[in-house]
Amino acid sequence: MSIYTLGIDIGSTASKCVMLADGKEIVAKSLISVGAGTSGPQRAIDEVLESAGKKREEMAFVLATGYGRNSLMNYADKQMSELSCHAKGAHFLFPEVHTVIDIGGQDVKVLQIEDGIMTNFAMNDKCAAGTGRFLDVMARVLEVDVKDLGRLGSMSTKYVGISSTCTVFAESEVISQLSMGTDKCDIINGIHKSVAGRVAGLAHRIGVRDQVVMTGGVAQNQGVVKALQDELGHEIHTSPLTQYNGALGAALFAFDKVNK
Amino acid sequence: MAKTVSPGVLALRKVVDDVYADARKAKAEGKLVGWSSSKFPCELAEAFDLNVMYPENQAAGIAAQRDGEIMCQAAEDLGFDNDICGYARISLAYAAGKRAARKFDPETLEFIIDPNSGKPLKDENGKVVIDPATGKPKKDPKTQVPYTVLDDIHEIEALPETTEKEIAYKNFRREAIKPYKQMRIPQPDFVLCCNNICNCMTKWYENIARMCNIPLIMIDIPYNNTVEVADTNVAYVRAQFDKAIHQLEELTGKKFDEKKFEAACANANRTAKDWLKVCDYLQYKPAPYSGFDLFNHMADVVTARGKVAAAEAFEQLEKDLEETIKKGESTTPFPEQYRVMFEGIPCWPKLPNLFKPLKANGVNVTAVVYAPAFGFVYNNIDEMARAYYKAPNSVCIEQGVAWREGICKDNKVDGVLVHYNRSCKPWSGYMAEMQRRFTKDLGIPCAGFDGDQADPRNFNEAQYETRVQGLVEAMDANKAKEGNK
Repeated sequence: MSIYTLGIDIGSTASKCVMLADGKEIVAKSLISVGAGTSGPQRAIDEVLESAGKKREEMAFVLATGYGRNSLMNYADKQMSELSCHAKGAHFLFPEVHTVIDIGGQDVKVLQIEDGIMTNFAMNDKCAAGTGRFLDVMARVLEVDVKDLGRLGSMSTKYVGISSTCTVFAESEVISQLSMGTDKCDIINGIHKSVAGRVAGLAHRIGVRDQVVMTGGVAQNQGVVKALQDELGHEIHTSPLTQYNGALGAALFAFDKVNK
Repeated sequence: MAKTVSPGVLALRKVVDDVYADARKAKAEGKLVGWSSSKFPCELAEAFDLNVMYPENQAAGIAAQRDGEIMCQAAEDLGFDNDICGYARISLAYAAGKRAARKFDPETLEFIIDPNSGKPLKDENGKVVIDPATGKPKKDPKTQVPYTVLDDIHEIEALPETTEKEIAYKNFRREAIKPYKQMRIPQPDFVLCCNNICNCMTKWYENIARMCNIPLIMIDIPYNNTVEVADTNVAYVRAQFDKAIHQLEELTGKKFDEKKFEAACANANRTAKDWLKVCDYLQYKPAPYSGFDLFNHMADVVTARGKVAAAEAFEQLEKDLEETIKKGESTTPFPEQYRVMFEGIPCWPKLPNLFKPLKANGVNVTAVVYAPAFGFVYNNIDEMARAYYKAPNSVCIEQGVAWREGICKDNKVDGVLVHYNRSCKPWSGYMAEMQRRFTKDLGIPCAGFDGDQADPRNFNEAQYETRVQGLVEAMDANKAKEGNK
């Protein structure tokens, strides 16, 4: 009979769940595009249980992570920081990983991994430049869907630098470029390089060692992935499960707890 | 159950209370009171029997009393940039006459209580009483406090006193200024500045002198790019010591008293040695106290190191710690599972928030850089000049790293928690490089967090908790790795 564990990652901008069977197989997952402090977490939990045809009582262990993890103190069996959970999830997907770069809605984290365990980390502080929020703001002013940024950036033919490190001032810079008639694809490419520059700076504080894996929602933007790859000089691996990585790690830790 | 406080800690608190009380008394008697930077050679002021207050210590206290923001905002309203040190902003607002005060009704002369203040009301069984109308916990009226407002002593003193009502109002407004000692220090008659602690000091104290139209005695100690202090550097500082003595003679009308100076030097040396001995007790595993307590005891090292009472209080604390060790006890209110160095000044307005995740995870602070940084001893005035060259932000990075790595090793830490103190440009600016060196040289995890020593607007509790939790997880992984070797 299978042992089911549930990992819940409540971020600032999205709520994600992953249900594992026997610590190996993903039987269900859910993602709601609103995060801590909203109806998102409960809806994500309801959706993952419904899609697996399971109830809370059938979960051997539930572990919550992410910015909103403490709001589930009465529901989850344990809370852990998203740092370790992202490390765990990335190692499950890429057993040779040594550096994890996670770019979420408002956080950027770089994790150093040894034998699948996080041994050191660095995070951004009180500045959303380089995060998903930065890209949301840029997509809005460019009147494109944030999901299309990667595709559009790949069509760039000319380098356009976005020098402001502040999201608000970078937005002003983008507006100036648009008023000068600069091609949107070139601007988007410049934005990707700006994100890569900031994140690479953080990564170098911890040290970058192969394999380098990128997780979090922004890893779905191939433009950012490529720009970061160029900046760091290391190949970057991603997975279609990139946005679920924290919840996956939480479900894996939950399974470890059951097996102790 | 009330927490027992050791005789040594009580003695240390009294020393600081007396420094503040003596300054208020001196002012009331018409004597000169000065304000001084924390690492100005206090021995010189002691030689002239001068009462001196310390704005850094004052600002830390104001921030801990949760009045840092209102005072910082007052300084910003005066035109000071919000990027400058929070201590400086608080002090400049204070020098300009601004005070945090309790709001009152001018007609009834009664304080206006903030209904959101205070602790939850508990019944005889210790259970929180819920207000049926709101569904929220009721507040215990005994713990509620008035709203805080900003007042100005110059405005107060300019109020008329022609009627009884006016006199009563004026007196009440004076009394409404918050009564804790740091909000009641006397205005300065002179300022003593030594910029070894940082460069911000220079302009901070020049501004106070200009604002209050009072003499400034400045000792300039440049940033030192080498670990050793060259003889030419010593000569530069020694010449300024001599000039400062001459300026103090002019200020006080007294001659420099060599014997009092020597006594102050002997006291300062004794206090420094005792301070180091107390700090060394953190090497025990588990430590008999929390390194956070050292931040409180720092007040004595800053405000009273030239006084014999400070040395005696530290000696009493040493005895208390010796007893604690013999009994196998600790005053740390949780079992010590991890040991960390806390790098930087604490976030004074958010101490409970700093402490909560540390306590929850069994993390004890067993190393702080203030230990070696304030433990300097000397045998003559030239050695004194050399010693005053060694302040945390005026030594080169190699010296700074050596101090910290030394205490990390001696005090057997498992990790480092680095406060990127946004108020302090040097103490946040070099932190990233320091953190990189700690990781490389010590092989232990380090976590950094943004905060501020006095301005609560620069601290985020959720971000801090995540970083502490991450540090704990990394320390766990490191311990497991070491265990498997």
